[in-house]
Amino acid sequence: MGAHPVLTLIAQRIALGFLLLLAVSVLIFLGTEILPGDVAQSILGQAATPQALENLRRELGLNDPAYVRYFRWLGGVMTGDLGTALSNRLDIASSIWPRLKNTLFLAFWAAIVSVPLAILLGLIAVRYRNGFVDKTISGLALSATSLPEFFIGYVLMYVFAVQLGWFPSVSTVYDTMPFADRMRAIALPATALTLVVLAHMMRMTRAAILNVMQSAYIETAELKGLSLFEIIRKHAFPNAIAPIVNVVMLNLAFLVVGVVVIEVIFVYPGMGQYLVDHVSKRDVPVVQAVGLIFAAVYIGLNLVADIVAILANPRLRHRR
Amino acid sequence: MPEEPIHLKGAPLLDIRDLKIEATVYPPDEDPHDITIVDGVSLTLHKGKVLGLIGESGAGKSTIGLSPMAYGRGGVRITGGEVLVNGRDMLKEGHRKVRRLRGREVCYVAQSAAAAFNPAHKLMDQVVEATLKHGVSSRREAEARAVELFRKLSLPDPENIGKRYPHQVSGGQLQRVMTAMALCSQPDLIIFDEPTTALDVTTQIDVLAAIKEAIRDTGVAALYITHDLAVVAQVSDEIMVLRHGKMVEWGDTRQIIDQPRETYTQQLVAAHHVEHDEQAPEGTPLLSVKNVTAAYGGGHINVLKNVSVDILPGQTLAVVGESGSGKSTLARAITGLLPPKEGAISFDGRELPARLADRKREDLRELQMIYQMADVAMNPRQTVSTIIGRPLEFYFDMRGAERDKRVNELLEKIEMGRGFADRYPAELSGGQKQRVCIARALAANPKLIICDEVTSALDPLVANGILKLLLELQKQEQVSYLFITHDIATVRAIADSIAVMYRGEVVRYGQKSKVLEPPFDDYTQLLLSSVPEMEIGWLEKAIAGRRMAAAGN
Amino acid sequence: MMFKRMPIGAAIGLVITIALLVVAIFAPWIAPYPGSRVLGGVWEPSSAQFWLGTDNLGRDLLSRMIYGARITVFIAVASTALAFTLGSILGFMAAVIGGWFDTLMSRFVDLLMSIPTLIFGLVVLSVLPSTIPILILVMGILDSTRVYRLSRAVAADINVMDFVEAAKLRGEGTGWIIFREILPNALSPLVSELGLRFIYAVLFLSALSFLGLGVQPPDADWGGMVRENREGIVFGIPAALIPAGAIAALAISVNLVADWILNRTTDLKGGRGNA
Repeated sequence: MGAHPVLTLIAQRIALGFLLLLAVSVLIFLGTEILPGDVAQSILGQAATPQALENLRRELGLNDPAYVRYFRWLGGVMTGDLGTALSNRLDIASSIWPRLKNTLFLAFWAAIVSVPLAILLGLIAVRYRNGFVDKTISGLALSATSLPEFFIGYVLMYVFAVQLGWFPSVSTVYDTMPFADRMRAIALPATALTLVVLAHMMRMTRAAILNVMQSAYIETAELKGLSLFEIIRKHAFPNAIAPIVNVVMLNLAFLVVGVVVIEVIFVYPGMGQYLVDHVSKRDVPVVQAVGLIFAAVYIGLNLVADIVAILANPRLRHRR
Repeated sequence: MPEEPIHLKGAPLLDIRDLKIEATVYPPDEDPHDITIVDGVSLTLHKGKVLGLIGESGAGKSTIGLSPMAYGRGGVRITGGEVLVNGRDMLKEGHRKVRRLRGREVCYVAQSAAAAFNPAHKLMDQVVEATLKHGVSSRREAEARAVELFRKLSLPDPENIGKRYPHQVSGGQLQRVMTAMALCSQPDLIIFDEPTTALDVTTQIDVLAAIKEAIRDTGVAALYITHDLAVVAQVSDEIMVLRHGKMVEWGDTRQIIDQPRETYTQQLVAAHHVEHDEQAPEGTPLLSVKNVTAAYGGGHINVLKNVSVDILPGQTLAVVGESGSGKSTLARAITGLLPPKEGAISFDGRELPARLADRKREDLRELQMIYQMADVAMNPRQTVSTIIGRPLEFYFDMRGAERDKRVNELLEKIEMGRGFADRYPAELSGGQKQRVCIARALAANPKLIICDEVTSALDPLVANGILKLLLELQKQEQVSYLFITHDIATVRAIADSIAVMYRGEVVRYGQKSKVLEPPFDDYTQLLLSSVPEMEIGWLEKAIAGRRMAAAGN
Repeated sequence: MMFKRMPIGAAIGLVITIALLVVAIFAPWIAPYPGSRVLGGVWEPSSAQFWLGTDNLGRDLLSRMIYGARITVFIAVASTALAFTLGSILGFMAAVIGGWFDTLMSRFVDLLMSIPTLIFGLVVLSVLPSTIPILILVMGILDSTRVYRLSRAVAADINVMDFVEAAKLRGEGTGWIIFREILPNALSPLVSELGLRFIYAVLFLSALSFLGLGVQPPDADWGGMVRENREGIVFGIPAALIPAGAIAALAISVNLVADWILNRTTDLKGGRGNA
């Protein structure tokens, strides 16, 4: 007989996720190989002697063919060794760790605020569908989805940090910082991030709930004399949960990307800032490592969305 | 205004007076405006009686059916009249009171039970939900009653079927479970909204019999909504005929069937009386399908098994079967869309290549096809003259005035006239669309036209017109038809020979007169005995016949 | 007739979009000063001479905004055009041809889309120079994945319709089927998507330039101008908000128009006048 089909499906989906991640690692590696850009040259500069260049190339293994270097890099990544930064010769893994923590801290608080808010607004819009409230919320959301992150970020900074002085304009955080200060420091970037994903998440939530509410079985429930609350609790919610989780996961993935720009605006010491700094320095090993981590988080969140959808589907849970 | 039929004494259970229902439509390039869906309809229904509401699509029958629950589907508004249920006007009651009535005094059975059940809950929980909600009985009593109803409705394993989820049960069974759900809270009135329309004929008869028995045994009253007069004649005490939101005729079932007063009702009753004399099996076959076996996606499950049929020039072969019988697959194999795994197809004396891509243009021209859904069979961005004119350009290299002249001739042939040449498909009615598709097929001067369920999406009177047109064109052009359908009445009307298909095989094949004469094989017997006839008491006879056949085995 | 029932939001959006396009096209004739000449003090407030004040180096902000519009719109239009040509042709081909071509293309696009666009853009720009042709190329190719998915889905939906099957049975070639049967019916969703892709291109370019990896100085698009003037914010000088606001205005305007087009053409009814 074998395992329950849902387990098989989930196992397949996870395996596919890993396969995808592997393929993405190839793509990221190839992305930095587009130009035969010489890392040795960019470390030593234009004035380096051919001998010095040759020595460094040998040291970095740059004379090996690309696939050898890829597998060497991949082997390192697997064992937690992300290599050494070219710009400052520091171990990348140990530089990334505190920044990753900072980024996750920021993203976590943005998610804590934005997810319930978006779902609530989505529900309100559905409740007053096609009415004034819905049109206002939806109209604002449509506009908000086209706002650039830095517009939101700088307006917040200009109003709340510079004009009103409620929050610091630069979000400096350090390890020994007390929790309250840390929260005050991330208040503005977290608000900006929330606003970046809120509109999108609300629109998708609204669409997902509407889709469920227009099903024939909702009409059946209505014709049984159930109240709106009962209909939502017993009939809409069990079917809406999967699409909503899906929406949330997709938007958390957006949020993780939105972090890059927001961190730069508020000079927040996270992964995004780290990535952008090293792209400008053309520090390829750092870019590869951070790119891979961002992609892994993105793929992971999409994976969770798919797994929830599988778990929530009664057709898969209960076989014929 | 027809007279109100004689009723039992006492106040009616349902009394609808001068009902008016409107909706707002939002056409893309016009201001939103209101349209009237139902206009001035009145009816009464007494306890334990069944009233059939019949009409074409757009007649407003479902909308009327939902009015006793004070429910308007999709933005529809009840704007006038009174709807009295057990003496109270539902249109004047507040939300709370209306909810107390829904699922308690009036219950609803939808056309598609598969969509009407919540996929996330077990059937039993949904069946007893309204009963518990309205405090009719305890859960234990409600479940016992549900099992009793499952048994009465001949559902398999009545003790345990409630533990299943909707997707684990077949369509015909779900429809019966929905009926049980409606009956469970012991309502006074059930609204059946086309409960058997989505089912195959052989399933439909069982569900119909189950519903009829359940109505009789529980003494519930019912509004039975359908477009099929033969079906409604089996279950109703009275019938109301509706058209364009207005009442046409209302009377006793026997009177409506045997002595319809209004012209429209007479047409409905006579719908299938198309005259066609069977032609003698003469001449060499135009198309010959020999031992064809086919499977989808190179798979191992054959959807066509060793099928052999012939079509004679100028004659019609009807291929009849239920969903999954392989009748449409046969058409795909003949057209080359699904190359057969085995077997050969010869056409007009030459062998046809199996794959569409290998066929000559002349082969393609002589073998045309007409589809079930005329709206999607025509490019919505092309005008009628482009649609009909393209085969002329493509096969005969006709251009300009010559082409336009021929397009107009073809439009005359399909009884539409040249005024339609510049219209888009969206600007045509359902019947007109199908006529344009016929003209497109004719434009190629074909020897054979494959008609795939061409009338089943149309209202009966319109379908009738299309059948007459096809027969007329056959006389004029000597074209052969391969007519695919699930409807025996259509087969009787148009065929010269018949192939009955079941699970990918031809189970019976021959001249119409021979195929429709006993002795029958088991499946043909079942199929023929399942087709509702416009005759009161047919259902009982058919069921009795079936029981006897089963006992004989 | 088409504009008669236009909602007020879409009308405003259309006017602003057209105005910005005109400014972008006729920049040298409209701008009061050359874009890169230092004319006054650093971050002067708005005056009769400098309507929007001056920027971080003392250049006229209005003139720089006008030239910035040109660069922003040019790169966004070019990359959108590239994304559309590439994505829709490959998408239609995948839907109509099917088979290995479809599988290969679709899996590759899945792969590209599993990396966030901005992140992959940054990875590639860490080795490539940020010249305008390279920006257009990178943005266009990355964005074509979305157009590919949409066109493939739309074309696949239409491809299984009976009227396409009827054309195939008639013996029509692939060209007729793509251009005469599928394309006219796929146009409405694609036109609306065009607007959304354009917005996305504007936002993507602005983000890259804001991060210092897009258009390089002394040229500047609006995103680059936000970067140039961002230090002023801390001192209460809102110069950076002007280009940021302009990006927002452009994006919202196009969005309103695209939303309107989408709403009035979601029905695949066909017929007259709603292309």
